[in-house]
Amino acid sequence: MIEARDLSKRYGDKLAVDHLSFTVAPGTVTGFLGPNGAGKSTTMRLLLGLDRPDTGTAMIDGRAYRDLPEPLRVVGALLEARAVHSGRSAYNHLLILAQTQGIPRRRVDEVIDLVGLTSVARKRVGGFSLGMGQRLGLAGALLGNPHVLVLDEPVNGLDPEAILWMRNLLKRLASEGRTVFVSSHLMNEMAVTADHLIVIGRGKLMASCTTQEFIERSSRKSVLVKSPDAARLAELITADGGEVVTAEGDELTVHELPAARIGHLAARDGLELHELVPQSASLEEAFIELTRGSLEYGDHTGPADQGSSGDTDEGPALREEGAA
Amino acid sequence: MTTAIGPTEVPSQTGPHASVRARRLLLSEWTKLRSVRSTVWSLLLLVIITPGFTVLLTALNASQWSKTDPARRATIVADPVSLILGGGFAFGQLSICVLGVLVMAGEYSTGAIRASLLAVPKRTPMLFAKCAVFGLLVFVFGELVAFPSFFLGAAILHSKAPVALGDPGVLRAVIGAGLYLAVLGLFALAIGALVRHTAGAITGVVAFVLVLAPLTQLLPGNLGKHVHAYLPSEAGQLIATAHKEAGGLLSPWQGFGVFCLWTAVLLAAAAWLLDRRDA
Repeated sequence: MIEARDLSKRYGDKLAVDHLSFTVAPGTVTGFLGPNGAGKSTTMRLLLGLDRPDTGTAMIDGRAYRDLPEPLRVVGALLEARAVHSGRSAYNHLLILAQTQGIPRRRVDEVIDLVGLTSVARKRVGGFSLGMGQRLGLAGALLGNPHVLVLDEPVNGLDPEAILWMRNLLKRLASEGRTVFVSSHLMNEMAVTADHLIVIGRGKLMASCTTQEFIERSSRKSVLVKSPDAARLAELITADGGEVVTAEGDELTVHELPAARIGHLAARDGLELHELVPQSASLEEAFIELTRGSLEYGDHTGPADQGSSGDTDEGPALREEGAA
Repeated sequence: MTTAIGPTEVPSQTGPHASVRARRLLLSEWTKLRSVRSTVWSLLLLVIITPGFTVLLTALNASQWSKTDPARRATIVADPVSLILGGGFAFGQLSICVLGVLVMAGEYSTGAIRASLLAVPKRTPMLFAKCAVFGLLVFVFGELVAFPSFFLGAAILHSKAPVALGDPGVLRAVIGAGLYLAVLGLFALAIGALVRHTAGAITGVVAFVLVLAPLTQLLPGNLGKHVHAYLPSEAGQLIATAHKEAGGLLSPWQGFGVFCLWTAVLLAAAAWLLDRRDA
């Protein structure tokens, strides 16, 4: 169980985490979503006692990380930035961590085997690929057999096979009753991995709900309509309270009206329909929609931004990442 | 990849006894130290350079003895140990300066500090365990270098300025050379912990050890003399001399005390900052 209460952290003049509160329950994979620069890594560093919060507290099983006598036996962490001496072998890196907690050597061999690094365990970490580095980080996280896992972008740099393996591992860890808290900026990866989502934008909490709820709640259903009488049909749809978002040639994208109603309108007036496809929004779209909102209601409300698309709305967040 | 992850267990709330934790930290720091190449290279350099330059410098002094001016000869005869240990250690100590910085700043430059602090979130016990292990290692190597250097140098100088281990202050000076290196290592470690950047910290230590001493001698009169005497490495090196220099401000032990004080203050500052700074 992880509890963040009113966490804030400022770096210079940038408020990286802004009065953030959430809880992460055991037994499920909880995804921690946000665009780059939203404050995910900072939040995790605050949870793990690496940075000191300006306000608020972060508790793991009711205790601050710093007060855990044998932290690696309680919390396993994979940090985004590499946290290994490049001149050391993978085995020695893990052995050093194990020795601080009184974890036996055979456990080091065990986790090396678990993440599939046995053949390179005695090689210097400096020569590792990004994916191998991630595996080593994961081995370090699992070393103390912890019941809480905090993993920052664990699928970064993994090949497709390893991503699948990681996904299954995370689910298995959660099914064993562990608390699994995983950050990612890849929404679709989280859609298939996480049961619960905590979404932040600009350091603020945007949503905390099940993955299913998140998709349903934060996206409008749309319907794709193809008809040779598109122009006439668009009029009918608008008159019936629907919203035609795009109209290109004989294709319409319709919001606020179910497919059945559109079909009914077409049949009533004898209009020909070629396609009538309900579109369920992906997590990606739901996410972009949500964070777009956060930016619009944030600090840039100039008239020039009113008609801007999702792409340009990503701008400020990306620029901040670059400046950080 | 099919190995069991293992059942979850709830660890004790209070954790193991302090002595158990201390032993674990010392063991872990020892593994850190022995598992990187810089340790091996630095100590190898120390072991080669120190006796090497001791032999070179004493042999040069012995061969030029008849051409050396009488005052200089008298100084050497009065305390041959400071010539024997001074020359070789002046070079050898640089490898300890670099290693001391790397031991701490290397954790920052590679990011390993984050893993270290996740394992020891109270932070300062990690720093002190590191000091204990590193200080002891350098002390052992310092002695391994000091005794052979002394015997080699004494043999070379024997006909000009005889000295034996049993002479007053000599055994203390030889052991003191190892002690000096150990504290110098901790001094460099502290600066590495404060600066957190390898190159910057090495520059800082070298400035203290090599650059400041000649600079302070440019200060006028008594002021220059006092500042020079209380500089960390200048004061610390006195422990490797047999007795207080005529007209010197500090005795060997006083000088060593000054050096230890410098180091203790820097380490305290490093510990204080380690606890407060974001990693």
